[in-house]
Parts: sequence; C-alpha cells; structure tokens
Amino acid sequence: MLLSIYRYNPETDSEPYMQDEEVSLIAEKDLMVLDVLNLIKEKDQSLSYRRSCREGVCGSDGVNMNGTNGLACITPISEVVTNGKLVVRPLPGLPVIRDLVVDMSIFYKQYQRIKPYLQNSSPTGGHERLQSPEDRAKLDGLYECILCACCSTSCPSFWWNPEKFVGPSGLLQAYRFLADSRDEAMGTRLAELDDPFSVFRCRGIMNCVSVCPKGLNPTKAIGHIRDMLLSRAT
Amino acid sequence: MADWIVQRFSALILAAYTTVIVVWLAVYGTELTFAQWQGFIGQTWMKIFTLLTILALASHAWIGLWTVATDYLKKRLVRVVFLGFVAVSLVVYVVWGIIILWRFD
Ligand code: SF4
Ligand code: SF4
Ligand code: FES
Repeated sequence: MLLSIYRYNPETDSEPYMQDEEVSLIAEKDLMVLDVLNLIKEKDQSLSYRRSCREGVCGSDGVNMNGTNGLACITPISEVVTNGKLVVRPLPGLPVIRDLVVDMSIFYKQYQRIKPYLQNSSPTGGHERLQSPEDRAKLDGLYECILCACCSTSCPSFWWNPEKFVGPSGLLQAYRFLADSRDEAMGTRLAELDDPFSVFRCRGIMNCVSVCPKGLNPTKAIGHIRDMLLSRAT
Repeated sequence: MADWIVQRFSALILAAYTTVIVVWLAVYGTELTFAQWQGFIGQTWMKIFTLLTILALASHAWIGLWTVATDYLKKRLVRVVFLGFVAVSLVVYVVWGIIILWRFD
C-alpha cells in the first residue's frame, strides 16, 4: 500500500509537502490507520499527530483519510484504502500547527460560546436534580459527542464562517442543553443563537452526519433548534 | 430567523406564480394572442399576484445573494460593491415592474 502523508513543519519547511511511504501489510491482519501512522513514526520520529486512547473515545486523532474525516484509531485500513493508496491529511479548514496537528482554538471557542453546562439557579432540595427516564432519553444521541471536530471541519458553512457559524458539533451540544429538562436558560440560549449566522448558515447538506465517528446526527439537532427558534418567534 | 422565514415564504409565492403561469400557458397553448395575455395579466387579482411575486423575487434574491456573498466574498470592499450592485439592480427591477403593471389594463 502507498501511504501519502501531509507534512509541514513551519520551523523548517517553507511550504507543506506530501511524504510518500510504501507500507507492506499482512493480508490477514487489518490494521487501523493509526497503527500505520505509528509504524511510520517508529522510523521517522519527526512525524506529528495527536492520539491518546486509540479506541475512539478521546476524540484526539481526527484526520482526513482519502478525503473523508474520521478517527484514525477506529478506521480500518481495508475500509479507506482505494486502489492501494491512502492519503492522510490534517482536518480541513483549521490552521495547521505541524503535520497532522491542527489548531482547534476556533472550534473550542464555538463550543464555549454555547455555554456547555447546565444552568439552573433553583435550590436543589438537598439531592441531585432528578430527571424522568423519558426526559433523560431526550439526551441520547446528543451527549455522546467526543468533540473530535470531524463534523465541523467537513462542513463548508464552517469553513467559510468559522467565527460566526457555530458549526455542527457546537450546535449538537447547544441542543443537548436546550433539550435538558434540568436546564433553565432556554430563553437566553435561544436568544444568543438567533441571528443569520449562528444556526441558519447550516445548509443541511449533512456532511457532518456522514462523518461522525459516533454515529450522531447534528443536522437533526440543528433542525430542532430551528424549530425552537421558529416557535419562539411566532 | 426572519431571513429564513422570508426565504421559505417567498419561495412558496414564486412556486405558486410559476404554476399559475405555466398552467395558463398550457391551457391556451399555441393560439395565444397578445390581447388574451393582456386580458389575463390585466385582471386585478393577477396584478396583485404579480406585484406580490415581484416583491417575493426581489427579497428572495437579496437574501440568497447576501448569503452567498458573506460565504464567498471575503474582501469587505468586494462584498460591499457586489451587494450594492445587487441592491440597486433589485430596486430598479421592482420599480420598473410596478410601472409596467400600472400601465396594464
Ligand atoms: S448539515 Fe449543516 S452543519 Fe452539517 S455539514 Fe451540512 S451545513 Fe454543516
Ligand atoms: S458530533 Fe460526532 S463528529 Fe462532531 S465532534 Fe461530536 S463526535 Fe465528533
Ligand atoms: S486516539 Fe482517542 S479517539 Fe482515536
């Protein structure tokens, strides 16, 4: 298999280049993309990428593999290689710090903006804030997000307006708190999203849904937010 | 929000108007005369509907092009010039459309 990796070290390289490596695979053994990157790093210590859990839980190794974003650690080689070739690039649309490592500041800024925590000023009554099983079930498909940024960096609306459009990941989390029966800040949360960019830049092309390694559906959550904004306005 | 509603609503008006015109043309087929056309457009309800459609078209175009411009025209000056041109053209079209309608009867 031919592996082609995006390399860029701003301290030594004047511009990014692709490094090609021939990798011999054992037929019976299907490695993950991260394993192959590790093999390369054994030979070439200068290759940089983020990874931690190596089992799709931490969300640190989002990369672009043959044009599609995903987590390198849970993407089997057999699933992405086409015609014996695999091209690995950093997540699109964010500034590259080095090789496959991108600067996620703007992504986190949008996450921070939606206030990703419960807002409730009522007294607790000396115990946890309780929720019925039905209300708890409304958070399924929302709370599982690991903030890997695969979705937002595959979204053209986020590429063009990362400062103003919250992006699929942030909006999924915004809805996670809008839908929470224990949260009391629905009004201010919605008010902060009600402008032409924050939510309404979503054009519903569902790139986010097709790449999410957790199988979540940001487009659906965005639809719910839109409905809430709509009924708030009328 | 308001943008989004206007965009959907104007799309409905445009679709309705297109359907009416297409059906009318289909019914009268090839033997259409100018007098018939004039009689049709000259009716009061058709005038109102046409006026509504012109306004819907202008707002639909404005919102759509504003969105495209804020996505793709990153240089402020370029964007302002482009949107200025769009705005002026749309105003001219609306005024022109109203004048034409006014004279019809
Ligand atoms: S559905 Fe919306 S948020 Fe998802 S990729 Fe498309 S534009 Fe972006
Ligand atoms: S929604 Fe999915 S793709 Fe987006 S950040 Fe969360 S886990 Fe990653
Ligand atoms: S290394 Fe943790 S998600 Fe891939």
